Amino acid sequence: MACMKPGDVLLLSGNEAIARGAWESDISVCTGYPGTPSTEILETITAEYQELYTEWSVNEKVALEVGIGAALAGARALVTMKHVGVNVAADPLFTSSYVGIKGGLVIVAADDPAMHSSQIEQDSRHYAVGAKLPMLEPSDSQEAKDFVKEAILLSEKYDTPVFLRTTTRISHSRSVVEIGEQSASTILKGFERDIQKYVMIPAFAGKRHVAVETRIKQMAQAANTLSLNRTELQDTSVGFITSGICYAYVREAFPDASVLKLGMVYPFPDDLIRDLCAKVKSVYVVEELDPHIELHVKSLGLEVHGKDVLPNVGEFDPDMIQRAVTGKSPAASISIPITIPNRPPSLCPGCPHCKVFSLLNRLGVYVTGDIGCYTLGALPPYSAIDTCIDMGASVTVAQGIEIAEGKNHRRNVVAVIGDSTFAHSGITGLLNAAYNQRNTLVIVLDNGTTAMTGMQPNPLSGETIRGNRTVSLDYLKLAQAIGISDENVRIVDAYNEKELEEAITDLLGKSGVSLLIAKGLCVILQKRKERPRHV
Amino acid sequence: MSKVTNVLLVGVGGQGIVLASDVLSLAALYAGHDVKTSEIHGMSQRGGSVFSHIRFGDKVCSPVIPEGRVDILVSLEEMETLRWLSYVNSDTRILFTKTRIHPPNGAGYPENIEEKIKKYFKNSITIDPGRIGKKTGNVKFMNTALLGMVSRFLDFPDEAWQRSLHEQVPDGTYEQNKAAFAVGKSLIPS
Repeated sequence: MACMKPGDVLLLSGNEAIARGAWESDISVCTGYPGTPSTEILETITAEYQELYTEWSVNEKVALEVGIGAALAGARALVTMKHVGVNVAADPLFTSSYVGIKGGLVIVAADDPAMHSSQIEQDSRHYAVGAKLPMLEPSDSQEAKDFVKEAILLSEKYDTPVFLRTTTRISHSRSVVEIGEQSASTILKGFERDIQKYVMIPAFAGKRHVAVETRIKQMAQAANTLSLNRTELQDTSVGFITSGICYAYVREAFPDASVLKLGMVYPFPDDLIRDLCAKVKSVYVVEELDPHIELHVKSLGLEVHGKDVLPNVGEFDPDMIQRAVTGKSPAASISIPITIPNRPPSLCPGCPHCKVFSLLNRLGVYVTGDIGCYTLGALPPYSAIDTCIDMGASVTVAQGIEIAEGKNHRRNVVAVIGDSTFAHSGITGLLNAAYNQRNTLVIVLDNGTTAMTGMQPNPLSGETIRGNRTVSLDYLKLAQAIGISDENVRIVDAYNEKELEEAITDLLGKSGVSLLIAKGLCVILQKRKERPRHV
Repeated sequence: MSKVTNVLLVGVGGQGIVLASDVLSLAALYAGHDVKTSEIHGMSQRGGSVFSHIRFGDKVCSPVIPEGRVDILVSLEEMETLRWLSYVNSDTRILFTKTRIHPPNGAGYPENIEEKIKKYFKNSITIDPGRIGKKTGNVKFMNTALLGMVSRFLDFPDEAWQRSLHEQVPDGTYEQNKAAFAVGKSLIPS
């Protein structure tokens, strides 16, 4: 893409388009933590727009805090994460709403309805309401690009961070994008003291809360004339209020219907909503996951259909919407009496995690698991994971089990966590175990990369997002520093089942916290290293 | 031409579905169409079923193909041909490869797939991977050879295909891919 120029027409994924939007908006600081479906945004910026600073942060909270700092120092900043990552970043998120910005700050929240690669379905729009932040939602790649700039402009106009929400079908679908010029930021970079705005203590935060409430009201008023919200008045017998990918589905199924397309899904344009409902006989709110728009429309005293005919779970498609509204199926598909066996995803042949899980299965211990490829250890033939909650929970859930079982606890619980997840949220849990005198055994499956999301480096792999060498966390020194005794720490080759078994049996018999590092490079990464990418 | 053309590419992780989808969709763009595609990343490297929806025409709304509306189904794996039946109809043109990749969980492999395809679809073409591999010299270019076959059923100018191939395939492999494309094209009478 080296010879791109404004006016060129490209076929981009939503994520590639957001990356382009970051460049066109003169965003200069980009942070995030890998998570499907958001990962390719920072990867594309790093590869294609090298003058922008990018980093894989240790976790989403850290990424957002770095982004806040950059924005307060006048840089335009972009922070990317998947839906559950917003939970991790929620603490700085709510306060960033009070503090505001100097350079524009855009937070990408990438939701994953139908859980193509997630532990839960979560609707991140609730965070916009909770933190009182505006949220934009694009319907295709062109909008994904353009809305980054809109978000930056709104951010700087209203002194607020702005959410850009995507879903998997926006992030990973490709559509045509006409690219534009870069519009330079005129904000001078440099941090300037402003204690009453940046130091959130009760004495100052009270005034800021008033500013937040005033700001969201102003934005709600302005939403009625915001170009991102658009009424397409056509046939008035049936109409829709919708946003994001659902707009594309509605238009596919009902090309002639009236539609209020919300480009900003919070705050709401009440006048536009009332106007559509007044002109159209029967209005449907079409939104995946929760009834975020629907409940607001109903709070205005308007009658609409929504979750009475469409589900709260999974993804939609044009046929589902057509069936919900007309009760008719659009086209009879073909039926052939044959059963095609599923292909459930599984650990790759030769994966360094395989031996660990077959061993844990054989030992019959309970395994508290974590988030990554290795969660596949829950499925046959391994069937060796008993809990999977969130990033880092393997280490801490094991502690809760031990406490609850008290003197009846049989030392038969093992926590299993990957290297990137350990850096993200495992270390605090390990410190908690040592501090509170638990007997937890934590196994770190160190495959040298963040494999699940496509091989991103992390603080244990000793490489930055650009592939430059950097420090890597030293397990032995970490264990020592948090008070784990030397004899409770082992580093073992993940392919050596005999050594693994000896280490696990030995460590389960020891008192105090113990740490076992099972080291073996991810087989996909190994293949890539053997076959260097063309440049 | 107001109709949208729908192509569904299916197979198993590692067969080059994503690359084939990239080449086809970019060729559609270079042929002057509006284009949308949808595919799901994430689990593909771990042995899962892979699919890519490619839609082009004057104006495309949904990146996802509506039920029963696939015009061309291209399958790189035998049983995967029949996994996505809700998207096809009896007029769907089917190009399917007789490559079998057994599911990892010992679920067994369904029999008589070719027979069923021939029975239910009047426009189907069976592709013998060994024959194509012999002609291209390398089974690695199977996906590109299939695109050569697909090109017979689409009205893209050859420059659109070549420009897209040149831009999308890994550096240093264009000539081999170009040859594989030509092999595929030659297998379908014009």
